[in-house]
Amino acid sequence: MINSQPQAAAESDPRRKSAASPTQRFPWYKPRSILGRIALWALLLGFSVLFLYPFVWLLAATFKPRQDVFDNRLIPETWVFTNYVEVWQQLPLLSWMSNSIIIALLAAGLVTISSSLVAFGFAYFRFPFRNLLFGLVLGTMMLPGAVTMIPVYLIWKELGFLGTTVPLWGANLFGSAFYIFLQRQFFLGLPRDIFEAARIDGCSYFGLFRRIALPLSIPSFIIVFIFEFQASWNNLQAPLIYLNTGSPEEYTVPLGISYAMSLFSPTSGGEADYQYVMTAALLVTLPMLILFAFGQRYFIEGLAGQGRKG
Amino acid sequence: MATAVDSPRKRRLRRPRWIKEPFNREARAGYLFILPWVIGFLVFTLGAMVYSLVISFTNYDLSTDTATPVGFSNYELLLKDPKVLTSLGNTLYYAVLSVPLEICFALLLAYLLHRIPERGAGVFRIIYYLPKMTPSVAAASIFLLLLNGNSGAINGFLGIFGIDGPQWLIDPDWMKPSIIIIGLWSVSGTMLILLAALKNVPQDLYEAAALDGAGALRQFFSVTLPMISNALFFCTIVLTIAALQVFDQAFLLFYRDTASGSPDAALFVGVYLFQQAFQQFNMGFAAAIAWLLFVIILLITVFQVRFGNKFVYYEGGR
Repeated sequence: MINSQPQAAAESDPRRKSAASPTQRFPWYKPRSILGRIALWALLLGFSVLFLYPFVWLLAATFKPRQDVFDNRLIPETWVFTNYVEVWQQLPLLSWMSNSIIIALLAAGLVTISSSLVAFGFAYFRFPFRNLLFGLVLGTMMLPGAVTMIPVYLIWKELGFLGTTVPLWGANLFGSAFYIFLQRQFFLGLPRDIFEAARIDGCSYFGLFRRIALPLSIPSFIIVFIFEFQASWNNLQAPLIYLNTGSPEEYTVPLGISYAMSLFSPTSGGEADYQYVMTAALLVTLPMLILFAFGQRYFIEGLAGQGRKG
Repeated sequence: MATAVDSPRKRRLRRPRWIKEPFNREARAGYLFILPWVIGFLVFTLGAMVYSLVISFTNYDLSTDTATPVGFSNYELLLKDPKVLTSLGNTLYYAVLSVPLEICFALLLAYLLHRIPERGAGVFRIIYYLPKMTPSVAAASIFLLLLNGNSGAINGFLGIFGIDGPQWLIDPDWMKPSIIIIGLWSVSGTMLILLAALKNVPQDLYEAAALDGAGALRQFFSVTLPMISNALFFCTIVLTIAALQVFDQAFLLFYRDTASGSPDAALFVGVYLFQQAFQQFNMGFAAAIAWLLFVIILLITVFQVRFGNKFVYYEGGR
């Protein structure tokens, strides 16, 4: 499955066909010596170990008793299987997960719909100041989030949404610059003739979007959806600001883990039960790894598309 | 004769319809489609910026919800508060070190992946991308133990070479490098962008260079680097903006507990901003810090764009 997917990705996007690996098209473009080839593969494998080691180690740590968590064995000396049960009792993991899933689904769903509507507006229609406005969209991509953090907090406060999850997805109703850009690029790739033909057949403007643009751009929808799902699932700062005052049951997963790190930390009176933190960390990483297993070609395509931007 | 007939028609076809009737049905529909973004921009970008500027001239206290205008005193406080200067210094140190390291590391990984057949590259690409999928809290809790000075794996690894590793998370000198290491571990987003750029370099350039007798190294510096300078430039700007706002890892590892009293060695502007706004409730002062950060990011970005453009090769010339 893993091997077939990148090739499927290449076929779905005609621009990538010419970008097949140079080793396939130009046999001479290879490391010259056997030695060079060995070094190449050794480096690749070495880096793989580097990237995978923390995961393997994390998995091992979840099976270690408290006093062994800090050791470096990849196979625990004494196996403990109760960490998973205990962490479930110690921390409200289930409510964190369901909070995070609901927020991430809302955030990703809303941003996908709103961004593609806006993107279609910029891609298909001609109206005064269109390029100026689109320039503004691109400009906001460069705006550092730290700058609007405080006023946006106060806006949600005025609107009476503090302590609720609304601020964590509400702004997604209005689209997001990067996704608008991504979707617009996709829409611009669709042949304009089919839209003109549909217009002549009496299709409404919204119909152009719903009946033609939308079905043809499912791949870019998926890219936007899973990017935002991941961003929302991993977001620490916003829940820290908007949910931190509530009870731990209302936390999202990242806020919960941060809370657990404090709870079990010796500096704040905990008993250094890092085996629980590790187990919780593994449990919150798993959903993302599963999402990646299913959507990795979209992740990779989405980012590769970003590179073409300049 | 033929041209006299053709040209007015051509001109009419070329000219967009909206110049004649700027707010026709199509234009109105277009505005309707982009309306969500317009509202969001007016409230959450433009409105928020103006609001933030207003707040920065008040002593807005979140705990009591009161604000009185105080003129420029928040901005004067920026100059007087030693923590502002410390956090700025830390942030710049972090950005100056981490951005080039991440670019070089990502380029190395991308280049390695580029040199092997697509099949193998796919597997490695997935492995290298995994850290990017790890939530920052999970990465922080993993590295909390891996970077442990006495028993962590990183010092264990250094021990193989007889190096006595530092107390990464305790020694103030090594707190920032610790965060750089975690950043390098999840560098794969940049790697994929650079990989895409490498794949877009026309192969005939390499053929021509090889005919001219250029070796692998010469080809890399004279063909590859100029042809991907655009992507390198893009990554540098994006990574710098992100580095200047670094928050998650520093907060999780060092400033999670308000009482723990970690040294200021990893106090970044993003962290200090958060502390002032949401732990000390000094919204006015925090807004002033945010504006300082904004101006610094803007200046650095403008400088990078001006300076970087000289080194970027644009296809078609510009």
